[in-house]
Amino acid sequence: MRRGWVAVAAATMVVLTACSGGSGGTSSSAASAAADPAKVSGDITVLTNRTDQIKDGSLKKYADEFSRTYPNVNVKFEGLTDYEGEVKIRMNTENYGDVLLIPDNVSITQYPTFFSPLGDSAELSKTYNWTDYTTVKDKVYGIANYGTATGLVYNKAVWQQAGVTQWPKSTQEFIDDLKAIKAKGQAIPYYTNYKDAWPLQKWTDNIGGPSCDQGGKDKLSTTAEPWAAGQDLNAIDGLLYNTVHEKLSEDDPTTTNWEKSKTLLGTGRIGAMLLGSWAVPQMQAAATAAGQNPDDIGFMPFPQAAGGKLCTIIQPDYKYAVNVHSKNKEAARAWIDWFLNKSGSAQAEQAVSSVKGSTLPASLKPFEAQGVTLLLGQNQQNAAVISKIDKGSEIGLGSPDYRQKLVDTARGAAPGDMNSYFADLNKKWAASQKTVTG
Amino acid sequence: MTALQKDRKRGPAPAPAAPAAPTKPALHRRTTRRHWWFTPWLYLLVPLTLLVAFTYLPIIDMFGYSATDWDGISPTSENVGADNYLELFTRPELFKVFLVSGVYLTASFVQIAAALYFATVLSFNTRFRNVFKGILFFPYLMNGVAIGFVFLYFFQPGGTLDSLLDAFGHHGKQMWLGDPDLVNKSLAGVSVWRYMGLNMVLFLGAIQSIPGHLYEAASLDGANRWQQFRHIIAPSIKPIISLSVILAISGSLAVFEIPYIMTGGANGSQTFVIQTVNLAFKFDKVGLASASAVVLLALILLVTWIQRRLVPEERVELS
Repeated sequence: MRRGWVAVAAATMVVLTACSGGSGGTSSSAASAAADPAKVSGDITVLTNRTDQIKDGSLKKYADEFSRTYPNVNVKFEGLTDYEGEVKIRMNTENYGDVLLIPDNVSITQYPTFFSPLGDSAELSKTYNWTDYTTVKDKVYGIANYGTATGLVYNKAVWQQAGVTQWPKSTQEFIDDLKAIKAKGQAIPYYTNYKDAWPLQKWTDNIGGPSCDQGGKDKLSTTAEPWAAGQDLNAIDGLLYNTVHEKLSEDDPTTTNWEKSKTLLGTGRIGAMLLGSWAVPQMQAAATAAGQNPDDIGFMPFPQAAGGKLCTIIQPDYKYAVNVHSKNKEAARAWIDWFLNKSGSAQAEQAVSSVKGSTLPASLKPFEAQGVTLLLGQNQQNAAVISKIDKGSEIGLGSPDYRQKLVDTARGAAPGDMNSYFADLNKKWAASQKTVTG
Repeated sequence: MTALQKDRKRGPAPAPAAPAAPTKPALHRRTTRRHWWFTPWLYLLVPLTLLVAFTYLPIIDMFGYSATDWDGISPTSENVGADNYLELFTRPELFKVFLVSGVYLTASFVQIAAALYFATVLSFNTRFRNVFKGILFFPYLMNGVAIGFVFLYFFQPGGTLDSLLDAFGHHGKQMWLGDPDLVNKSLAGVSVWRYMGLNMVLFLGAIQSIPGHLYEAASLDGANRWQQFRHIIAPSIKPIISLSVILAISGSLAVFEIPYIMTGGANGSQTFVIQTVNLAFKFDKVGLASASAVVLLALILLVTWIQRRLVPEERVELS
């Protein structure tokens, strides 16, 4: 009996300490690559948002191939449907896998607390693109596998039937094209995906696109009024506002459905959606599944030409990092290196590999042909400050809420108009900027 | 009562559970055998551990966080004292969302009324009463996420609800979730649909504890169903009704699940709890969010206290 008591008491203590325990100390030993693959060993857990790739076994295939080069490393995958939410909470403990994708809402200044440095930025930036997105004090904490272009997925057939053959070069031209599509009456010209909401935050990726400036995002730290006329966010959010305001989007945005939207675009019942080039394969798959021609799916850059030329930004996808508490950092690093360089997963996604000198995917070939300027990412010097201003202002450039309100305003479901809403956003941003930068 | 007491006196000697003098341990053990004083606590240990670990410790932590500027992830945080509370109370727009709660509160009175009606009807000898009980209680058993998705289709323009209205001669597409004047009413309707069954079962349980001879006597005196309800049922289940009202008020102040799944708080359907979750997880202001949660807790306690003062609890004697 007494022993039972001790066991119960011990269990209670475990529960209690597990709940109130803080995070322990951090070691900052680097996750460097090993020279000899045979000597690397250990079990590693890879956290991933691609639950679909776990289901269809393609991740397992990569792991099998990996184990041919690294026979002593055992890779296990853990898929998380609500990746952002769950991983961020798990990061309060030490148990968040060995290899993980850096959640978007973790601020760059906190990277050294949670991830092992992968190497010097001077060194790694020679091999990989977008390392500045994760560089803190000259150390790189995460590397993206691939990048995707920002822009609009559209159904070529729908646009052709409406008599549009050229990519629009201004936001006004875009609105006119959508009107032509609406006049045909076959398709919803634009679909916001308001209910699922995350597609709305993709608009933010276009900052720097309208002005064709890699430093466009960085400028936000010193711009007091990012929604003033002539600013990128004015062009971006103004386009969304006008699209909805001119009734060129779906009737009831509150009941949209992402999975259904793929089929609708694939079968020509939606004209366009602003997403990214990563969406092209998914739309093509939906078109094929519905018995339509997958070649109808096209991709165009944001409709604002700077100096006569359209422009797109290739944004990095999730960045791979090594948990600072990992027991098998060498093995974890080996997986990242192999996955980025040898697996061919970036090509399979029709994306731009982060490894320098890789070829462009097929979906971006028309961009080259049309002379669209491709910018490799937004500059990230002021990323930490911008994130602070953004969170302080409670606007949330990286979350969909403020654009949902923009859509509500545009369709008359919320009071005000574009100017009053932009003025409100400007006011919030300026106030927060004052607190942050002093 | 007295009969019962007499019975007891006539029965065998009191059970050995009565506290024997604990001065002699050996004797105590022999007489009480396995009746240690901590036996009930042993049974309670697991639920109490869970309660403490998952309710009280987090609440204590929440009070702690509300005095810091913790961002929800970094290992360190600064103590800022009452700053979060100051910020909260100097930003009246943060409390505007309680207007949304008003809609849910109104709906919850509809819900209690409907639950009372069904409970009363089903407490009489209605045909298929068990089937109806099952049908009405079923929504409560369903997962909230599933309900959210079902009702998304239900509320789509040209969806189930519109087709249904169409069949009754009301034509036209309504934006049940898209119209800012309708969205909260639609969502509150879902909430009524979901929780009415629970209220009904609570009422039904209470109604069934009313002795049958009361109805019999009442009907001999010529009381109709409404008079039976008014003078027998309603007074007898008063404690349960007042409990339901308390739950309804605190529930409508803290609505979360249904609007969060169905609209994510968009289109003016944001509630106080959704706003708090956004502050904590979208804007990294866990300190401020914890302060909001503390304020909500205080508010609910206050409302409950006022209500208890206005309608004091009284024992209902059924005989």
